[in-house]
Amino acid sequence: MIDTPLLKVSGVSKFYGSRIGCKDVNFELWPGEVLAIVGESGSGKTTLLNCISTRLLPTTGSVEYRMRDGNFRDLYHISEAERRFLMRTDWGFVHQNPADGLRMTVSAGANVGERLMAVGDRHYGKIRQTATDWLGRVEISADRIDDQPRAFSGGMRQRLQIARNLVTGPRLVFMDEPTGGLDVSVQARLLDLVRGLVNDLGLAAIVVTHDLAVARLLSHRMMVMKDGHVIEHGLTDRVLDDPREPYTQLLVSSILQV
Amino acid sequence: MATPLVVSEVFKSFTMHLRDGIKLPVVNDVNFSVASGECVVLGGPSGIGKSSILKMLYGNYAVDAGQILVDHNDHIIDIASADPRTIIDVRRQTMGYVSQFLRTVPRVAAIDVVAEPLVARGIEANVAKENAAELLAKLNLPRELWSLPPATFSGGEQQRVNIARGFITSHRILLLDEPTASLDATNRRVVVEMIAAKKEAGVAMLGIFHDEEVREAVADRILDVSAFSPRKAIAA
Repeated sequence: MIDTPLLKVSGVSKFYGSRIGCKDVNFELWPGEVLAIVGESGSGKTTLLNCISTRLLPTTGSVEYRMRDGNFRDLYHISEAERRFLMRTDWGFVHQNPADGLRMTVSAGANVGERLMAVGDRHYGKIRQTATDWLGRVEISADRIDDQPRAFSGGMRQRLQIARNLVTGPRLVFMDEPTGGLDVSVQARLLDLVRGLVNDLGLAAIVVTHDLAVARLLSHRMMVMKDGHVIEHGLTDRVLDDPREPYTQLLVSSILQV
Repeated sequence: MATPLVVSEVFKSFTMHLRDGIKLPVVNDVNFSVASGECVVLGGPSGIGKSSILKMLYGNYAVDAGQILVDHNDHIIDIASADPRTIIDVRRQTMGYVSQFLRTVPRVAAIDVVAEPLVARGIEANVAKENAAELLAKLNLPRELWSLPPATFSGGEQQRVNIARGFITSHRILLLDEPTASLDATNRRVVVEMIAAKKEAGVAMLGIFHDEEVREAVADRILDVSAFSPRKAIAA
């Protein structure tokens, strides 16, 4: 087992005026580990995700990340240039709505290639080759490389967004409801794909979802949120099969059986 | 003889918060251990807590009190208090579990379901697949099913995939929750042989077998779970 975490979140709180966004969240994330954050709408999942991924400044608390040189840096004390470089290379962020994470009016190939150029790749042929490889890995056929994502279906857009995020070999990926808004057959394909990629690449990931089946399939560990607080935290199958807190029991018992 | 699994003073109950917080006691003061090369069978009527004990040992159910000590790479780990990461590592390296039902993942082929625990331990995909194929053949799963996702398989076919997945690794501890429940006589015998081979290899096994013939064939001793039942304590 690797003995150093990748990410240390300590005492993170976010207040919107006097209202709680999320309160006093603590956890550590290790390489290769997938953490699911579940809870109903308005429970603070996305606020927490945004606070951790530096998209939203928390009111209190610290988020430390182990850089590639092995040193921990407090993400709210690094320079803007460093933070942006981190987000473009070592991290990925998969939005619920692919239009938020893609450039809709440039080609699929350029969407993937752009991240490569951000890390210094300049050879056009090589970039195009890598982009083609990645489209293949997310099951988009190579002859669509010059099409714009506008011309893609919702499922394809989401897969393209994943390719765009993973092409730079990130160590940590944030996902906000990655399967929300997709129909079930497309969802199953996407989940299987994400699951395979996470395993093969040894990524760490934080997945926000309200869908407990998605959490069961993708995550090792699960945090249940309610009203901005983490009310239960543990091994995914333990939380789902033996929920301890009243709210978690309600969530689990509300799943429809097919 | 090594004893890789020790259960000491374990208590378990369920609190049903949605039913006015009713507390359902499951087991009280569970104490036993399993030695290497031994197959211990949990006995007693349905609903007495046999599956719950297996699930606690696997970290799938939380424990109210007590210790579940597992020898994991020469370290003693208490499953009852270990963090999720440690439990995942114990499951990967030390303790396997064959559940009653297979939880299928859409689009993953049967042979990959079986090979997965080996791949997770860092064994090359080709080698893992060869081992998986060998086990599936031994369990008489028709070859044309190997590349299909098991969601549409019959109960017995799914169970054989599940058994192959559980037996493919060289885990030192194996938990078996009615692995033979929906198998025919031929395949039951195959499983009995596989359990015997695991014993030979020094694996500590703890299982639930309702089939008397299988139980007779594999059990070194039977542990009566009614002894841990809180209901019995009330009756007495």
